[in-house]
Amino acid sequence: MFLIINGDDYVDLPTPLSVAGLLTHLGLPEKKIAVERNLEIVPKSIFKDTMLTDGDRLEIIHFIGGG
Amino acid sequence: MSKDILKVAGYEFSSRLIIGTGKYKDYAQNAAALEASGADMVTVAVRRVNISNPDEPMLVDFIDPKKVTYLPNTAGCFTGEDAVRTLRLAKEAGGWNLVKLEVLSDPKHLYPDMEETMRAADLLIKDGFDVMVYCSDDPVFARKLEELGCAAIMPLGAPIGSGLGIQNPVNIRLIVEQSKVPVIVDAGVGTASDAAIAMELGCDGVLMNTAIAEAKDPIQMAVAMKHAVIAGREAYLAGRMPRKKYADPSSPLAGLI
Repeated sequence: MFLIINGDDYVDLPTPLSVAGLLTHLGLPEKKIAVERNLEIVPKSIFKDTMLTDGDRLEIIHFIGGG
Repeated sequence: MSKDILKVAGYEFSSRLIIGTGKYKDYAQNAAALEASGADMVTVAVRRVNISNPDEPMLVDFIDPKKVTYLPNTAGCFTGEDAVRTLRLAKEAGGWNLVKLEVLSDPKHLYPDMEETMRAADLLIKDGFDVMVYCSDDPVFARKLEELGCAAIMPLGAPIGSGLGIQNPVNIRLIVEQSKVPVIVDAGVGTASDAAIAMELGCDGVLMNTAIAEAKDPIQMAVAMKHAVIAGREAYLAGRMPRKKYADPSSPLAGLI
């Protein structure tokens, strides 16, 4: 599978892949982040059920220090 | 004295000091400064996760969002749409309805773009957010933002990160007098006396980042700011003596030998 995550291309990702599966694959903690898929927020409650498709644009964000 | 708490959009805070989480040496120092400051609300930014290093330290591992209120900001957003997008994500990441809107303009002075700030505030309020808004120290815009439904008005004391102190106490005072929602000086504080001045003017709180983070000893400065905000608040509530043109002896003149 091919995805664009945080502006970078990711190829050869496993297929099929859910949002939850992707986060596990990347080693990211679900609780501490939020995901936007093609400009729409994916609620945490449906991470497992949301299947990704080729070319999806994802933003994975978290809180960092700021003023 | 009854408990003097800060209320913003129904949320209650025991401290009138809000601190930022940027520019610290590391998150551990940040957490220690927070502890020392007594603040129960911190501003945070929303950014992309570093995918290449998932083990990078995360803010939430050092400052527990269950114990301290995270106030996500929109730093880096230049349009209302960017701000809405950012804060919706923040809410999903564990934030809540209370947010800090800042729409900046020129990196040289980081002054708020008030026209876009107004537009963004409107979008966010319609989206259900409680908006604490970083704004210029212009009483006219401050009133317009309040009329839009902002939860707190946060005028700058001086440019962000400048540490120049309250440059326009007359305007801050005017904003305080006209506002029914909390007024919080956001940006410009350099040292403890600046925070005290803001509070003596009647502000409901002070938000600062650089003044603590870039002090030689951030932890000690956090303690100083805690005391300054309390001192300024109590002086405001106590009501200062009138200013006089001439001296007035403290010891009675009657009964002199």
